[in-house]
Amino acid sequence: MDNLQLKKYANEVRKGIVTSTHSAKAGHPGGSLSAADVFTFLYFEEMNIDPKDPAKEDRDRFVLSKGHTAPGLYAALANRGYFPVEDLKTLRKLGSYLQGHPNMHIPGVDMASGSLGQGISAAAGMALGAKLDNKDFRVYTLLGDGEIEEGQVWEAAMFAGFRKLDNLCVIVDNNGLQIDGPIDKVCSPYPIADKFKAFNFNVVEIDAHDFDQIRSAFRNARETKGMPTCIILHSIKGKGVSFMENSVDWHGKAPNDEEYAVAMADLAKIDEELAKEG
Amino acid sequence: MADVKKIATRESYGNALKDLAEEFPQLVVLDADLAAATKTGIFRKAYPDRHIDCGIAESNMMGVAAGLSLTGKIPFVSSFAMFAAGRAFEQVRNSIGYPHLNVKIGATHAGISVGEDGASHQCNEDIALMRTIPGMVVMCPADDIEAKAAVRAALEYEGPVYIRFGRAACTVINDKPDYKFEIGKGSIVREGKDVTIVATGIMVDSAIGAAEMLAADGIDAEVINICTIKPIDRDIIINSARKTGKVVTCEEHSVIGGLGSAVCEVLSEECPVKVKRVGMQDVFGESGSAADLIHKYGLDAEGVYKSVKEFI
Repeated sequence: MDNLQLKKYANEVRKGIVTSTHSAKAGHPGGSLSAADVFTFLYFEEMNIDPKDPAKEDRDRFVLSKGHTAPGLYAALANRGYFPVEDLKTLRKLGSYLQGHPNMHIPGVDMASGSLGQGISAAAGMALGAKLDNKDFRVYTLLGDGEIEEGQVWEAAMFAGFRKLDNLCVIVDNNGLQIDGPIDKVCSPYPIADKFKAFNFNVVEIDAHDFDQIRSAFRNARETKGMPTCIILHSIKGKGVSFMENSVDWHGKAPNDEEYAVAMADLAKIDEELAKEG
Repeated sequence: MADVKKIATRESYGNALKDLAEEFPQLVVLDADLAAATKTGIFRKAYPDRHIDCGIAESNMMGVAAGLSLTGKIPFVSSFAMFAAGRAFEQVRNSIGYPHLNVKIGATHAGISVGEDGASHQCNEDIALMRTIPGMVVMCPADDIEAKAAVRAALEYEGPVYIRFGRAACTVINDKPDYKFEIGKGSIVREGKDVTIVATGIMVDSAIGAAEMLAADGIDAEVINICTIKPIDRDIIINSARKTGKVVTCEEHSVIGGLGSAVCEVLSEECPVKVKRVGMQDVFGESGSAADLIHKYGLDAEGVYKSVKEFI
């Protein structure tokens, strides 16, 4: 898929994030928006998946270890055809299948998640399962940079590095902000790359909003044998919505009606710019 | 009288895993650096490629088991009860229970019979913890035969299961040709009319011993073995309570949240009778031999006998 088309889909994913959290009056737009481009790339280009057959046996798997950014995942799944985009407005509402954090009843979701630090272990287990049965599917998991303060992440990293799970790709969304503030002011997990290298990972650092770099990083991960890969995304929290960008306030807050209008206008402007490109 | 056959249920567990490996090709076994103690080493020796040592990292191990189950494997995850149910509680709850995955947890070294290691390793809370997780089956086998049957039943069942095994050798009591095991079904080990003793795990043997002592005093005790604490066999408990009007529960576990609580939940709703709960009385254990500790905390036949006598 060409970059322009990916950018258009990514903008639709961002609209889904803003719309669903606005409708829910809750949720986590900041970290969903910072990962919107990678969600888009994974579901529209990278992964071997079939929205018509979400449980296809040889499919690639994705575990949203930073489960609170479910609005980003749901928006990607909806736009990819797993369920109607219209349903995003039911996010977090009583009776909706779109729970606050991913669970097993949502089409396209491979693992329930949301309690931080746990998704990466499940992803490692899936990758090991593929190895044990000589299956060639790949497993992707997305973590927050605040999430990696959890000790379990490093238990899993040790396990994956030791077991040489080269079919596992760990993605860290390094937007630099967690609930209580900048990650290097709360309890710094830096240096992130050196830590994963020390656990025998191949590490790639990229601009999270550049599709050429994203594509090249995932190719690098696929071609790396004998060790898992960690892709560190240098991202902007709230990316795409002017007043949310790099603001810790938008970690877990929904836009009100006024803010929603501004956010959707920001994203409409991006649409106009993309339209000029072709 | 022939020698009483004794075997630790952790040993039965390791043997069962090995014996069932061919029949259940999806079975894989995970351990956290305790294979020699949990006896999954017996399985490892026979099937090294299907035994995954996760190192001393139980939280990750639970997640890895979850992931493996999602690729079609049936993981049996092992550690001491303290770490499987205690340390990794939230991983079991969120990564196994909530997605209702086909993961089996074989937790050994449960209860005070851990012995010399002392209170830090004597888990008297695991039944309580595991019982609160929606959809989790919780079993506590009484002997070698029941332990092996429980492992098989867990493998045949689709969904999360927690099985509690002990460190100390315990008497084989189910060595009968008509023995049958079913998840959720208790069994009447001894019929009686004066008092009901509901026991689980190694306490079934203590309850049988106590019933014999009570018989000498002219008290006719009914003994019920409850292996599956969740879902519990409501009928067998209610029917017996209706007959005897008095119930004593026996468990090598805290009296808070375990078998005693589960029995009280059933009886308070359907057949309110007086209940005495024998078990760890909201205290930590200590170092000592298993036999000495079981005696000190009133969990042997003599202790159960005394508790029943005081109660009725």
